[in-house]
Amino acid sequence: MNSNPDLLTSLAGSIRSVLSPLIGNPDGVDMAMYGVGLLAVITLIFTNAVILVWGERKVAGFMQSRYGPNRLGPWGLFQSIADVLKLMSKEDYRPKLVDKWVWALAPIIMFAPAVAAYAVLPFGKDLVPVDLNIGIFYFIAVSSITTIPLLMAGWGSNNKYSLIGGMRAVAQMVSYEIPLVFSMLGAIMLVGSLKMSSIVEAQSHIWFVFLQPVAFLVYVIAATAETNRAPFDLVEGESEIVAGPLTEYSGMRWAMFFLGEYANLLAVSAIASAVFLGGWQPLPLPGALGDMMHAIPGWIWFALKTYIMIFVFMWFRWTFPRFRVDQLMGFGWKVLLPLSLANILVTGVGIFLYRVAIGG
Amino acid sequence: MNDMVFATAFYILAGITILSAVGVVFLKNIVHSAFLLALAFFGVAGIYVLLNAEFLAAVQLLVYGGAIAVLIAFGVMLIQRRDMSSSNPDAAWSPLGLGMAVMAMVVFIAAIVLTQFPVTNVAPEFSVEGLARLLLTDYVVAFEAAAVLLLAAMVGAIILAKGAKEA
Amino acid sequence: MTVGLTHFLILGTILFSLGLYTVFAKRSAIAILMGIELMLNAVNVNLIAFNRYVAPESHIGQIFSVFVIVVAAAEVAVGLALVISIYRDRISTNVDDLDWLKW
Repeated sequence: MNSNPDLLTSLAGSIRSVLSPLIGNPDGVDMAMYGVGLLAVITLIFTNAVILVWGERKVAGFMQSRYGPNRLGPWGLFQSIADVLKLMSKEDYRPKLVDKWVWALAPIIMFAPAVAAYAVLPFGKDLVPVDLNIGIFYFIAVSSITTIPLLMAGWGSNNKYSLIGGMRAVAQMVSYEIPLVFSMLGAIMLVGSLKMSSIVEAQSHIWFVFLQPVAFLVYVIAATAETNRAPFDLVEGESEIVAGPLTEYSGMRWAMFFLGEYANLLAVSAIASAVFLGGWQPLPLPGALGDMMHAIPGWIWFALKTYIMIFVFMWFRWTFPRFRVDQLMGFGWKVLLPLSLANILVTGVGIFLYRVAIGG
Repeated sequence: MNDMVFATAFYILAGITILSAVGVVFLKNIVHSAFLLALAFFGVAGIYVLLNAEFLAAVQLLVYGGAIAVLIAFGVMLIQRRDMSSSNPDAAWSPLGLGMAVMAMVVFIAAIVLTQFPVTNVAPEFSVEGLARLLLTDYVVAFEAAAVLLLAAMVGAIILAKGAKEA
Repeated sequence: MTVGLTHFLILGTILFSLGLYTVFAKRSAIAILMGIELMLNAVNVNLIAFNRYVAPESHIGQIFSVFVIVVAAAEVAVGLALVISIYRDRISTNVDDLDWLKW
């Protein structure tokens, strides 16, 4: 497929050819290309957040048989821009008794793992920013850090609701991370590689959602909990603890948290589409229809699947009522964890039997 | 990787690690110590990347950064009440401890500098496969023992923290 | 001077000494746990540095550090559970208050 590059790969190629005479040294050009990738990822995160803020409200409106934002621009499209302007013009208020450094650093640190996780997302064939050998494990490791800023915010705010929220964040995210990782293990066992591009390549004939339906279910549930979205939004549960760790934040500091949350939502959806829904692989249809599907560039498929996953997460949010804390922990440890372990066992036995059957 | 970049990266990461470790040791607020401990762990993860051990770096992030540092901070928050400004006090014998630690450091550094290590300069190609193969062949008993240890620790921690019913 | 094995070993030594000092000189049991974690990290840095510079063709040093990390995780879980249950009993986690010989 290298002979027929799509829009984005040829764009990357032309940026590289512009840069290389300017810099000269090939190592320098590689470094500059990483810089370009980073810029692209940050742009993506910001635009995506703007779209998702609007999208979430529209989906909410759709779920509740109302219009959602509809005043500013066509279908209320410019609503998010108005929101951004409002957030930026707000006073940067700092409560008197906060733990200054911990409180101020938390929103910034929230953003860092979210950006770092994007380094391995397979946006398309040859469009993985850094195709690490341990790609998916890197993603898991980086996203596990998201607990720290929430705990910092909870502690630094010096507010009991914030502290309870921070503690809930730790309990919830550490517990649900285990089924999240285990659910992906099944797919990884089938591929035999941690590299994101190999995981997607392996799904050219059949998507893993059909081979690993239970894992996909566990992944979606655990990912909802990992991103702290309803019905698992106990971290911020506004009817119990005001807004949890975010209570004392306003304006741009609060917006940083928000940005981090939407970046995480996009990241888990992207991983779902890469590991279970075939990533950049088109719909496997027979005959001429399949050729038509192949004509659409991979990154469009990837974006399409990712946004379908995001829609599913939003659908959950507006459909299910919030869990209680003890129910949440019980569900994570007593249902999801054994289920994902059983899935790994069944997958292992299945792979063994398959190998015996083909005599390998 | 060329030497300049490698050296710069090493000194930056080593600086982050040591400065945050110093913070862990000498800050008076134990919550700050706990968060700086997480930063020190990240610095060490970076050092692992420089040593061609990407897998270990990711394990370090996941286990130390995402679990151990968070658990320690969590434990601190469960225990500390008022007056955080002196929550990490030194013991009366701390000058003696400082002397011992400095002496240990001097001895170790002298030993390191005076020893000729049989250094080979082939940069290894890292592979997860190699690690996995060793772990599940030569070291499989240790691997299973580690699994049992983890299970025992988990059960033990739950019983210690929650209390078992008298049998 | 190019960065080599010695640099990594010295980094490990400094980390280890800082951890040692914490264990010697702090009163809070949790601070002592942190010191132990620092020392275990120092050991891991050394193991992986030796793996990289002395025996690069095998992964044995990395395997060792995997086991060290496993033990560290177990130790922290049990250690914190102990500290918390002591705190419940005594409202203190200072190790020099823990001088009773009977529970």
